[in-house]
Amino acid sequence: MTEKKDIALSVKDLKTFFYTNNRCNKAVNGVSFDIEKGKTLCIVGESGCGKSVTAATIMQLLPILSRIEEGEIIFYKEDKKINIEKLERNGKEMRDIRGSEIAMIFQDPMTALNPVYTVGFQIGENLKYHTNFNKKEIRKKTISLLSDMGIPLPEKRVDEYPHSYSGGMRQRAMIAMAMACNPKILIADEPTTALDVTIQAQIFELMAKLKKDYDTAIMLITHDMGVVAELADNVAVMYMGNIVESGTASDVLRRPTHPYTKALLDSVPVLGRGRDQDIQPIKGSTPDPYDRPIGCQFAPRCNWADKSCDIMPEISNLTSTHEVRCHKYKEIFQY
Amino acid sequence: MSEEKDIVLKLKNIEVHFPVQAGVFKRTVGHVKAVDGVDLDIYRGEVLGLAGESGCGKTTLGKAILRLVEPTGGQIFYNSTEKKETELRGLNKKEMDPFRKKLQIVFQDPHSSLNPAFTIFGSLEEPLKKHGIKKRSQRRDIIGDLLEAVNMRREYMDRYPHEFSGGQRQRIGIARALCIDPEVIVCDEAVSALDVSIQAQVLQLLMKLKKEKNLTYLFITHDLSVTEYICDRIAVMYLGRLVELCRSEELYLNTLHPYTEALLSAIPVADLDKQTKRIVLEGDVPSPVNPPSGCPFHPRCTKAKDICKSSVPAFKKYSINGNDHFASCHLIDLPEAI
Repeated sequence: MTEKKDIALSVKDLKTFFYTNNRCNKAVNGVSFDIEKGKTLCIVGESGCGKSVTAATIMQLLPILSRIEEGEIIFYKEDKKINIEKLERNGKEMRDIRGSEIAMIFQDPMTALNPVYTVGFQIGENLKYHTNFNKKEIRKKTISLLSDMGIPLPEKRVDEYPHSYSGGMRQRAMIAMAMACNPKILIADEPTTALDVTIQAQIFELMAKLKKDYDTAIMLITHDMGVVAELADNVAVMYMGNIVESGTASDVLRRPTHPYTKALLDSVPVLGRGRDQDIQPIKGSTPDPYDRPIGCQFAPRCNWADKSCDIMPEISNLTSTHEVRCHKYKEIFQY
Repeated sequence: MSEEKDIVLKLKNIEVHFPVQAGVFKRTVGHVKAVDGVDLDIYRGEVLGLAGESGCGKTTLGKAILRLVEPTGGQIFYNSTEKKETELRGLNKKEMDPFRKKLQIVFQDPHSSLNPAFTIFGSLEEPLKKHGIKKRSQRRDIIGDLLEAVNMRREYMDRYPHEFSGGQRQRIGIARALCIDPEVIVCDEAVSALDVSIQAQVLQLLMKLKKEKNLTYLFITHDLSVTEYICDRIAVMYLGRLVELCRSEELYLNTLHPYTEALLSAIPVADLDKQTKRIVLEGDVPSPVNPPSGCPFHPRCTKAKDICKSSVPAFKKYSINGNDHFASCHLIDLPEAI
């Protein structure tokens, strides 16, 4: 781990469970990571692996039937340490942090904006609650935010409703909203999944600029290994509520050690490698969250699994940055 | 390639224009030119990729081929294995039936393309009934075999769609398209809604079936890395027109059109050693109601010159390394092939 002052948020052994129909879904089951200032942490995984729930837990935006069971979420505000999990969900302290210190960009820009308010109003709302600006200043700041995000004619666009924005522009407006109070941490939950690649490139360019200009820590949730290769400083791979492998981007992409990470990388065609590339699908499908394997969650789909995998593996350190949760990592690493 | 290829579908100047209506009297005030003059030959036994951003008309073109959306102009020629050429647009509903058997489609969203009130057998037997297999036991046999062909269990046919995962449903969708032995299958974003690990399973299945049944695919997708992996040729669309068409390895090595270049560079590559400079296009795709004058791509093009604003570039044929390569751009500095 690096020196403490660089860390913006650290999550330790977080467990978030959902309770429905008398059953318990261990959506996030012991997740630990740190987000460093001015760095991008990418969380990768398939749908249902708990990556969005992790983000929602940090923001305390969980539905009522769920609970943070265990663990700590420590937010470093200047010199103070704030334990987010201890704050009341909709209490004053949490509301002060949400939106101003930690902001979030949601997956679907089509539904995340309220269609009956103007875009300017929705961005300004954030400023209204978190700053002492008067109406005029709020409007000025909103316009400057929009123009920072590269929206043409911001003076005119600020009074328009979301329906007259295109998908890419809506996502820019969402980012403008998130960046309104210069948050220390930006959580982006699949911000470009609904967008075309050319628009995705524009959004990434923008996020890279924000990271550089404001030293914002970014937590980017994605399922696309390509996005990881382009943007990430650090990577955490999640599977069924656990982080199975984490490390710097080059650790994880150059020397993937967990069988799941390897399989994930082998299952996507890479542009420019032509038709001869060997694509290996992962056998089976993700297990039912109510009927999980006993030990290692990936064992039923894993080619390396044997008896020892009936026990949940502990985290092992490969290098000072590279961690993996697998019994077989030594064999695989040599392989 | 120079030798004559066996063309199964020939599209000539296909147009699909949707009227835009406004006012109390629903007067037509304009047209959405979803597909605006596409010429395309599909060879028997090939996988032709159709790539482009959302709103470029690729799905509409796919549906227009099956006449699920009625083309407003142009011609579709279908060549049977017996070399009999038929123009599909002139046919009425009844005359179209035998050709429906030859052309099938796999839809994008596996969650909404199966009727939730029908069992899998119920959904899959419809086309068989329509095309003359009267005995129920026979239909059950055929569907059982098909489910096995798409790596599913025979017993699954009596279950309902909600009991299946996305990948399984997509495989059922493929089985449905296969059940009357088609020749051409239009795969409309068949793998886009699936998780990466499942996506690879479905891609391998499609390729296996193609080999076994000698199918022809029109593979519509926005993901160029998938297209490059499975397609023989790739056509790139922009605002209802084709901008580039060539063999898939050529598209990456010798990109001719600036739009394709930008599209390729925008795709994040999961390889740290292969990071290229991204060409970031400005703005969005223009509205197809009111496309820009001249080359439709010129307002976003980094290389645009005066000529691009005034005249529409023709879709010309070039020859690179002995392969046919079509592109529509004024700025290509190559001799036109005959």
